[in-house]
Amino acid sequence: MKYKSQKVAYWFFALSMLLLFLQLVYGFIMGFAHAGLDGLHPWIPFNTAKAVHTNLLVVWLLSGFMGAAYYIIPEEAQHELVSVKLAYVQLISLALVGVVAIIGYHFNYWEGRKFLEIPRPLDYLVVVNVLLFLGIILLTLWKGKRKTTTALVLSMGLLFAALLYLPGMIFFDSQVLDSFFRWWVVHLWVEGVWELIMGGILSFLLIKLTGVDREVIEKWLYVIVGLTFLSGILGTGHHYYYIGVNKIWLIVGGIFSALEPLAFLAMALFAINMYRKGEKKHPNKIALMWTIGSAIVSFIGAGLLGFAHTLPQTNLYTHGTLVTAMHGHLAFWGAYAMIVFAIISYSLPNMTGRKFYDSVMGRMAFWLSNIGMLGMTVAFGVAGVAQVYLERKMKLNFMDVQKDIEVHFWVLIIMATLFSTGIILYMIEFWRHGLPNDEALEVNS
Amino acid sequence: MLSKKQARAFFLVGTLVTFMIFIFLTIYSLSKAQDQSHAENITPAVVRGKKLWEKNNCMGCHTLMGEGGYYAPELTKIVERRGDAYIKAALMSKTPWQVHGRKMVAYGMTEQEANDMVAFFTWIGNIDLNGFERVVSPLAKDKVTN
Repeated sequence: MKYKSQKVAYWFFALSMLLLFLQLVYGFIMGFAHAGLDGLHPWIPFNTAKAVHTNLLVVWLLSGFMGAAYYIIPEEAQHELVSVKLAYVQLISLALVGVVAIIGYHFNYWEGRKFLEIPRPLDYLVVVNVLLFLGIILLTLWKGKRKTTTALVLSMGLLFAALLYLPGMIFFDSQVLDSFFRWWVVHLWVEGVWELIMGGILSFLLIKLTGVDREVIEKWLYVIVGLTFLSGILGTGHHYYYIGVNKIWLIVGGIFSALEPLAFLAMALFAINMYRKGEKKHPNKIALMWTIGSAIVSFIGAGLLGFAHTLPQTNLYTHGTLVTAMHGHLAFWGAYAMIVFAIISYSLPNMTGRKFYDSVMGRMAFWLSNIGMLGMTVAFGVAGVAQVYLERKMKLNFMDVQKDIEVHFWVLIIMATLFSTGIILYMIEFWRHGLPNDEALEVNS
Repeated sequence: MLSKKQARAFFLVGTLVTFMIFIFLTIYSLSKAQDQSHAENITPAVVRGKKLWEKNNCMGCHTLMGEGGYYAPELTKIVERRGDAYIKAALMSKTPWQVHGRKMVAYGMTEQEANDMVAFFTWIGNIDLNGFERVVSPLAKDKVTN
């Protein structure tokens, strides 16, 4: 750790860990409900569990991205954060918004729009919170001694993520328009600006872990984020195939979303090549595993599995089925969860001074969570394909089909247990590092 | 070999061009002439129904036009499939609706609220979904193909 203010990142990461744990709990509630055990229905009906599960994902990832920015920007800009106190205020307000929203979901206090369930008054708080965060980051960057591409890409990703939240706050009388602009937020976040954030973090980690020249890494970073936007912006069209808008999206969405795996392929090749090229091998093996792993798993989850059902001819049958859940789980895990784990694994020893660069528990956490998530993806995939065939082709009743595919949810629960074991081991490692302290600053400098 | 400057130009120009095309296509596809949703049929009852749909997070379990929770039946063609009376019975029930195994939250809606929901579903059921409406609901598909 080179700057004292980087320590604030630790608390964002700690919040991420806490929210991730809760996300797992609600994931299990949903898994059991799908398998036929819905004993918690009177208190936590499925729609509550789902809203909590998906929103916790968004909030813990955002908290992780923010923590990553608070760690990376001072080092890149060579300047302390302009205000640590305000960063803590921002952390507390983020946690408050998250907690109030989650409690509210249990009392029918929500907007009822997938992924954007946060009620309107809290939306305004989110805006204030993100503005505060951006103010701190951009001002630090502005005052910094240097402005690197890595920092600019990361900051641009965060800035656009904030701007794109706004279309989701407009009320439309038409469900078609509502859905159309909801995807401006959800798709352009996940398959657009969040990839910028991912690319920025990946670039920072590769510079630190491989020792490859910054100029080389940042050049390819431009190519990757260029490919991301080139395919991702018009790729939004794959959400518009069947929601009641013009057929032109079948062509545009089909072509450009078919190109979306290219950005992820480039990212995977980029990470592997930089690792091979690097002469300096950083001793933090665990961080390296998560970094390279993120680039590879995101290509499989977001790239390949996305492609598997993105063409209109296929999507006509898979749209609105568990096939989407298959793709969604591995994509979010590979692209965003793993990159947050990577930056945490890299920065923790630097912030706490406890250099647990490699450990059996750390490796077990990596492998168990990844094998578990791959197993969950397969379970969702088999259930989804069976659902498509039985419901959409054989024309069986929705609930009859759900009964037939219940068994796959037991497989899902077993795999989710394996996944959760890996995550808990990761959390134990997090805990084992202890708290950040200023001595770490002296040790490293 | 590609320079960093060229890579940056690729990123900036590529992003700008695709963004402009995206905005153009958005304006085009949402123009009145291209409307497939019969927006002129959105009555105050339909809007009230939509608000109830959101207020109760129905999308958390059901899907509508293929978007939602994957836990409870797809509702795009529910009026055609089940009829008004069935829908109203489910929405006005004071105990959890559980005809096919999975429990639904007992919303205990008023007659007026249930009517608004039916109006909303009726409007949804008439949207041209580029062929998805034929696939999404077995009974609807049968009606179209027979």
